[in-house]
Amino acid sequence: MSIEEKQKQIIEDFELLDDWELKYEHIIELGKSLPQIEDKKKTESNLIEGCQSKVWLDSVLKENKLYFFADSDAIITKGIIALLIDVFNGQSPEDILNSEVYFINQIGLQEHLSPTRANGLLSMVKKIKMEAIKNATVN
Amino acid sequence: MENKRRFSVREIREDFPSLRQLVYGKNLVYFDNGATSQKPQSVLDSINKFYSKDNANIHRGVHHLSQKATNEFEESRKTIARFLNASTHEEIIFTKGTTDGINLIAFSFGELLKEGDEVLITAMEHHSNIVPWQMLCERKKCSLKVLPINENGELLLEEIDQYISEKTKIFAFTHISNTLGTVNPIKELVQKAHQFGAVAVVDGAQSIQHKPIDVQDLNCDFYLFSGHKVYGPTGIGVLYGKEKWLEKMPPYQGGGDMIKKVTFQKTTYNELPFKFEAGTPHIAGGICLGKAIEYLSQFNFHDIEKHETMLTDYAQDLLYTFEDIVIYGESKHKTGVVSFNIEGIHPFDLGTLLDKQGIAVRTGHHCTQPLMDFYKIPGTVRCSFALYNTKEEIDFFISAMDKSIRMLK
Ligand SMILES: Cc1ncc(COP(=O)(O)O)c(C=O)c1O
Repeated sequence: MSIEEKQKQIIEDFELLDDWELKYEHIIELGKSLPQIEDKKKTESNLIEGCQSKVWLDSVLKENKLYFFADSDAIITKGIIALLIDVFNGQSPEDILNSEVYFINQIGLQEHLSPTRANGLLSMVKKIKMEAIKNATVN
Repeated sequence: MENKRRFSVREIREDFPSLRQLVYGKNLVYFDNGATSQKPQSVLDSINKFYSKDNANIHRGVHHLSQKATNEFEESRKTIARFLNASTHEEIIFTKGTTDGINLIAFSFGELLKEGDEVLITAMEHHSNIVPWQMLCERKKCSLKVLPINENGELLLEEIDQYISEKTKIFAFTHISNTLGTVNPIKELVQKAHQFGAVAVVDGAQSIQHKPIDVQDLNCDFYLFSGHKVYGPTGIGVLYGKEKWLEKMPPYQGGGDMIKKVTFQKTTYNELPFKFEAGTPHIAGGICLGKAIEYLSQFNFHDIEKHETMLTDYAQDLLYTFEDIVIYGESKHKTGVVSFNIEGIHPFDLGTLLDKQGIAVRTGHHCTQPLMDFYKIPGTVRCSFALYNTKEEIDFFISAMDKSIRMLK
């Protein structure tokens, strides 16, 4: 699936969750099921600045596709990053760079885009794009 | 005795239009008063009135409007002086807020410090009562000492003699901790400072709205607060300073209003308080802060204190019924703030789910990172109360907590 299709799919999934409790229960579930990352990957350079909670993000490139690994000490943050990973995993650095993340607004999580928290979310997207830049230029 | 207004929370809530709103379709429960308070209609009206009827620059024009604005601004200064029981209104300097006032002292009084002098603060200070002193110490080659606290979040007064000495020139401490709610014994701390010849700087950002303040009785050298935490506008605050110090201190900023005579060879400075008020001040803010103080002065302060302490205790008692709760700040002398964590849950997660239920709390380090380091936590969830909060709101908050925890565990 393309980044576009992934986002559409998430929006559709969330349409079924019609109140805030169901939405957040789903995000919390996603957070809980995000695979743990090893402690040794929780380095300063993998730490995303500007979040209220700590977020680490790491990536590997395989056959010109990027795969992401992330963790956070807050479960909702982890759930949100799981959504981002779902959108971007297995995509090429070029596609990631050219994409626009719009699903957050459409699934009713726009409050996470407000200044203090957003730092969190926007910084995660920025970090994902940075990883893409790093790997795109290697090519 | 003056006739004071009856303390009725129901009536008080009517005065605050911003409390009557829905957040995500739910009644707003505003428990972030430590960050900033909501504003009563009288303050809102006065902002509107100033700009629609009285707007002019002050201390300058001979014309009618300028005199009217000047009078109102200076009347507000007198209202504030009476509220703090300052000996004269010339001891009331308008600032941008607490942070601005502390920087003024650190810069200006700081000029009187010499290499090797010391500044003493405490382990529970807000960043704004830490960083300006660090900057001063760097500039003047002085050293910064920190009076520690115990696990309950109380100052280790029995150890104070290890931290204070004749070298100490400034002792700066908060009256009430914005993170823990601890009420410090400031009269005692002022005496201690004076015993060693230091000046006592009281950060009143969290006490002006909760406690009656009498600067002469406290005998503090400086007392600071922010207008926005005491039902007034943002961008305005007050520095109270004893006249003898304000006279000795050099100006902080140069410009209009603070001068008597300017030539290219030499400038002489204006008298107090104008010496410290360079440039056009926040005129509307100054006037409206006076209105906020008048609003508060309608009540018997004892009733406000009693109500807010009741809310603090009530919230704390109910929070203690949660399994795995840790409350930070367990001093017997505590008001206005309850800071906590549920073990295994990040404060951000709890804050997010409370927000979805219309409850505004603060999560994070509350600008007290050293205090977070002391407790070895990334942050807390903080409820902070104002005179318009109710027990019913706390009941609702507790049920919302229950729901949030169930969702997260
Ligand atoms: C104890 C304390 N000191 C200082 C400040 C700084 O106040 P302001 O940001 O209004 O300058 C605050 C505000 O949070 C505070 O709680």
